[in-house]
Amino acid sequence: MRIELEKRPQVSKLFGFLSPLLALVLALIAGTIMFAVMGKDPVEALDAFFVEPLLEVWSLHELAIKAGPLILIAVGLCLCYRSNNWNIGAEGQFTMGAVAGSFIPIVFTDWHSPMVLPLMLLAGAIGGALYAAIPALLKAHFNTNEILTSLMLVYIAQLFLDWLSRGPWRDPQGHNFPQSIDFPPEAVLPAIWQDSGRAHWGIIFAVVAAILAWFLMKYTLKGFEITVLGQSARAGRFAGFSSRKMVWFAFLFSGALAGLAGISEVSGSIGHLQPAISPGYGFTAIIVAFLARLNPLGAVLSGLVLALTYLGGEAAQLSPGISAKAVSVFQGLLLFFVLSCDTLIYYKIRLVWSRVRGGAA
Amino acid sequence: MSVFEAILLTIITASTPLVIAGLGELVVERSGVLNLGVEGMMIIGAVAAFVGAQMSGSPYVGLLTGIVAGALFSLLFGFLTLTLVTNQVATGLALTILGLGLSGMIGEGYVSVPGVQLREIVFPFLSGIPFLGPVLFKQDLTFYLSIALVIGVNWFLFRSRAGLKLRAVGDSHGSAHALGIDVIRTRYLAVMFGGACAGLAGAQLSLVYTPQWVENMSAGRGWVTLALVVFASWRPTRVMAGGYLFGAVTILQFHAQGFGVGIPSQFLSMLPYASTIVVLVIISQNRRATLINTPASLGKAFVPER
Repeated sequence: MRIELEKRPQVSKLFGFLSPLLALVLALIAGTIMFAVMGKDPVEALDAFFVEPLLEVWSLHELAIKAGPLILIAVGLCLCYRSNNWNIGAEGQFTMGAVAGSFIPIVFTDWHSPMVLPLMLLAGAIGGALYAAIPALLKAHFNTNEILTSLMLVYIAQLFLDWLSRGPWRDPQGHNFPQSIDFPPEAVLPAIWQDSGRAHWGIIFAVVAAILAWFLMKYTLKGFEITVLGQSARAGRFAGFSSRKMVWFAFLFSGALAGLAGISEVSGSIGHLQPAISPGYGFTAIIVAFLARLNPLGAVLSGLVLALTYLGGEAAQLSPGISAKAVSVFQGLLLFFVLSCDTLIYYKIRLVWSRVRGGAA
Repeated sequence: MSVFEAILLTIITASTPLVIAGLGELVVERSGVLNLGVEGMMIIGAVAAFVGAQMSGSPYVGLLTGIVAGALFSLLFGFLTLTLVTNQVATGLALTILGLGLSGMIGEGYVSVPGVQLREIVFPFLSGIPFLGPVLFKQDLTFYLSIALVIGVNWFLFRSRAGLKLRAVGDSHGSAHALGIDVIRTRYLAVMFGGACAGLAGAQLSLVYTPQWVENMSAGRGWVTLALVVFASWRPTRVMAGGYLFGAVTILQFHAQGFGVGIPSQFLSMLPYASTIVVLVIISQNRRATLINTPASLGKAFVPER
């Protein structure tokens, strides 16, 4: 049996819509098989993973908390990848955003003012953008591969945070825990509906960013520029667009959003700086962006889906025998299916059973 | 044994996986395919080798398990990018994410289990030569394999007919196809070779470098490997030289920590990653050399016309 692809005369709108859904269904089927192989009751496992977390209000709050950073980062990545700039280092920009924003409450402990929080958020976004400026500079001016540089910077950022929270920024009264002082109330991102759960403003930032980015892509010249340069740098140059400037724009934009996500996470859900602040949000956001087919509005929906996998993983740890590692396996599988299903948008897939090949051109 | 000798031996152990995985990726990229999943294939190789060695009691069976696992895992990437023509960058990332997760799940029961170590092969008489003996003739199998691979890959690419075809596929898949070369099959074989090498490199990590299973124990080495191929401008001997350079940076950083240099350990740990960036910048500045050596079809999908 052979698989043959035939290019569609037109891009399929139907599959553009169906492909993420199909990918999700296929990933769920693969997940079921995986649980069955592990000797678990698949129905029970899937229920624990994907249904139970949705049944209680506090748990929906947790969903919003986890979806916030995923969406925020993914929105930036959508624009970045569309312009053919491969920022893989959002995890590092997230970390550096958290560090830059936390600087204010940790260093200026005596400063109490309503200005603290807005300045922290701003500093977080700037920190993320500046950290993303490194691969941008190297790509734009030295022609260095941005995939590798942005990724190496993730390891460097994590080590830097590790040093800060065990070294100079460690809380002297922290009973030897490697963490900073707890943020004072004016430095904490407030909850939205305090009575029912912990969800904070991070999710609002995410939704607003998604809408703004969608508007930018759809209705502005910048959006057109992103699309043209992303599809063909040559065509873009003929239109008078600069791919060098686009490198800067894409990286600063996605870095700022990742940085904002970082400081929101630290100030909204953790409350202090510590060596590990992210369960891989920066990498999972890559999956979010692709599941959304690089559409910022779609990222809201796909961010919620992947946030659910994190919640499910936490819930699964409570039920015996189901591994929390199943989360990352499921996330990886999902990305595989998303990418394969996207092929259906551009090609018709034919299974050829005969071994004889038709006349080759 | 002198201190210098001891340091040299640890540098060799740290460099071997980089050289092996780098040579594999070099062949893949020479065929025009960019597989960013080295980190994922490496960690799958590491866990498979560890489990294989545990179950059989033999590190050699473990080594073989690692190689086979890496090759099979790379087939996933091959199927998506070659048969379904998905984006190679994104698919490589998917392979890494899946590999890190899957290895964590498979290895869950093996954390802090004492490992089976691959022992040195001692060449009689030769190993007695002062200095050279222990360095060249008292190493484990993976070191000898890495040397054989450098020579083998170099010969294959530049001296054999099949290697010529593979380079043709990487430089212009359209022309290669017109000449009757099966582009897709060539690329499948290259991808599987790369997977096997990454698997072997991972096996070295869990059987030689630190003979135990630790989650995420590849620690970015797969990514360094990718930088290494660019650094080497797609030449096997330079992959070896670069691999040893990176290995040396990694080891010297440990020794600096041991000697109590007044720099926090985290900053010393940044060195391998930081130096990777620096080296990449230096290499990429020389645009002309990079352009000449880069396989022209690198990263581009090929759909045969029917």
